[in-house]
Amino acid sequence: MTLKYAFWPGCVSKGAAPELYLATKRVAQELDLELHELDQATCTGAGVLQEQNPEMGDALNARTFALAQQMGMPLMNICSTCQGIESMVQDKLTKRPEYLAKVNAILADEGLHYTPGLEIKNFLWVLVEDIGLDKIKSLVKRPLTGLRVGPFYGCYILRPSSILGKEEHPDRDHYLEMVIEAVGATVVDYEGSKKCCGFPILTVNRENSLKQAGNHIHEAQDLGADALVSPCPLCHLNLDAQQPAAKEVTKHEIDLPILHLPQMIGLALGVPPNEMRLDHHVVSTKKLLAKLPEMAVR
Amino acid sequence: MKVKLKVKRSNPETGDSSYSKYEIETENSVTLLDALIQVREYEDGTLALRCSCRSAICGSCSMRVDGRARLACRAKVIALTRDNPEHEIVVEPMGNMPVIKDLVNDMESFWSKMRQVDPYIKPEGPTPEAEFRVPNEAMIDLTHVMNCIMCGACVSDCTVLEVDKNFIAPAALAKAYRATADPRDDHEHDRLEKLSEYGGIWDCTRCNMCVEVCPKGVAPMNRIMQLREMALEAGIKGNAGARHTGIFTKSIEDGGRLNEIWMVPGSVGMFNVPRMMKEMPGALKMLRAGKLPIGQVIPPGFPGSHKMHGMDRVRNVVRKSASLKPVKAEVKAHDA
Ligand code: SF4
Ligand code: SF4
Ligand code: FES
Repeated sequence: MTLKYAFWPGCVSKGAAPELYLATKRVAQELDLELHELDQATCTGAGVLQEQNPEMGDALNARTFALAQQMGMPLMNICSTCQGIESMVQDKLTKRPEYLAKVNAILADEGLHYTPGLEIKNFLWVLVEDIGLDKIKSLVKRPLTGLRVGPFYGCYILRPSSILGKEEHPDRDHYLEMVIEAVGATVVDYEGSKKCCGFPILTVNRENSLKQAGNHIHEAQDLGADALVSPCPLCHLNLDAQQPAAKEVTKHEIDLPILHLPQMIGLALGVPPNEMRLDHHVVSTKKLLAKLPEMAVR
Repeated sequence: MKVKLKVKRSNPETGDSSYSKYEIETENSVTLLDALIQVREYEDGTLALRCSCRSAICGSCSMRVDGRARLACRAKVIALTRDNPEHEIVVEPMGNMPVIKDLVNDMESFWSKMRQVDPYIKPEGPTPEAEFRVPNEAMIDLTHVMNCIMCGACVSDCTVLEVDKNFIAPAALAKAYRATADPRDDHEHDRLEKLSEYGGIWDCTRCNMCVEVCPKGVAPMNRIMQLREMALEAGIKGNAGARHTGIFTKSIEDGGRLNEIWMVPGSVGMFNVPRMMKEMPGALKMLRAGKLPIGQVIPPGFPGSHKMHGMDRVRNVVRKSASLKPVKAEVKAHDA
């Protein structure tokens, strides 16, 4: 059955990580997801806007929620940070009805209205909760057997757990591991998987930021990982695009491909790697693809 | 019930560290601290741990349990085993602080950072005749921080402290908020200036780890965010963190979305040549991989900069959202 979502791609998949956008759209076809892009929605603020102006963040996110509600579909994002901010704003608006009324008064100018209760899900949650692991297993055409993959969640999809629906879905902190196994790969269990990639302070304290990224990559690589997989494009930026810099700062001998979650699913579902721009990463994915002979870049 | 424990043992004098395994029979209702005390009393008298109140008040019994810092006296073993009697509860000392022995940490760095933020309310000017009067809202806002029991859990798991020992870290920064935001204090500006330096509020990655592990709802990171907002309001903007949030906000106001190209120069300072040079190799690699959004080369705020569809409606929301700001009562205590 086709599942329909109001799709919020986030700024990064439209900017520095175009491969994520393409991979998501491509994998959606295989998974029978109908993605209706919210092309009028704005940035969630990523927690940065919120440092300066949380109220603006509330109003803009409420507007995005209202746009999704107008379409009558749950909202799907492809970024841990978007998920965290959206969940946080949703929680605030639900708990403070008078505040919500003021927000809605602003939205009324363009005929929009937000009623609490919208379902907001990262692609990772959609995979496990809406599509289901059994369905995914049945769709796998090229099991990633033998591939050792380390999960990298991104802070905001994990914490604070009080606003992320863990009561209803207690396993949300284990979904990446479950998905890695569902596509036939082996989970690399390492301490860094639930820590911070360091990206938010890249421009503030470059050393610290790159040490965080470099240490996690090094730890996973040491435990035999062939790749990391993440549902967050901001983590991807620090782990992939900044990996050469992280190598320089930490002096760790690191060279580890980083996959966006939809890319890993796509590989298992038989999507050709170039259609998900696996050749457009800073850290080459060739080594990884070579491990799966029939999938080597054509 | 049966409880399986795997406890990290360390003896810094000899440099040895290893794990000891224990299996004990206890009541269903016991806490992890009860279980550890039972081990110490009946199984292995050499196990060192710290505790006092046994009721989540004194803050002595923080340790890492299955990888996350928490109070041993507040964790029920039955919840930790999650219905799996074979689950081995892994107990380790806190992170980010040296270990004295087994589960006992040396908290000196915790206290020295507390002292570093000058955690006292310092009023200036004439003392009021009777008591200091403070508005209710201001004190309600401070209750979170006042609940801190100095247990160190947040410091143990802070992800920035792991890579930089100079970071003032969550507990002391939360305490700094307590003093800075108190209406009786008269050093807000100096405090915010100091806190905006290296090691302070802008070095936090906003990873939420401290919020997650704090047993008392202090939510240190949220206090750090409040300090950031206060620093910006006080006009303390000569640092990369403030510039970053400034250009980010401008990017959204201007184009509705994040303009990534301008984030780095906008934050480190366009004319910060040495720092920009450091970014060049990375930028070139990204360009080669097709990862630089060239459509965004015009900086936010300049004519022709990248804008999303329907910007006039976005601008309307942006403008009107100012009305959502809480009206700040003038909260200077002595005026009362
Ligand atoms: S949110 Fe900031 S202070 Fe809290 S644990 Fe993370 S880096 Fe440390
Ligand atoms: S803020 Fe919370 S976790 Fe940190 S020392 Fe205080 S009570 Fe403990
Ligand atoms: S023993 Fe006092 S807080 Fe646990």
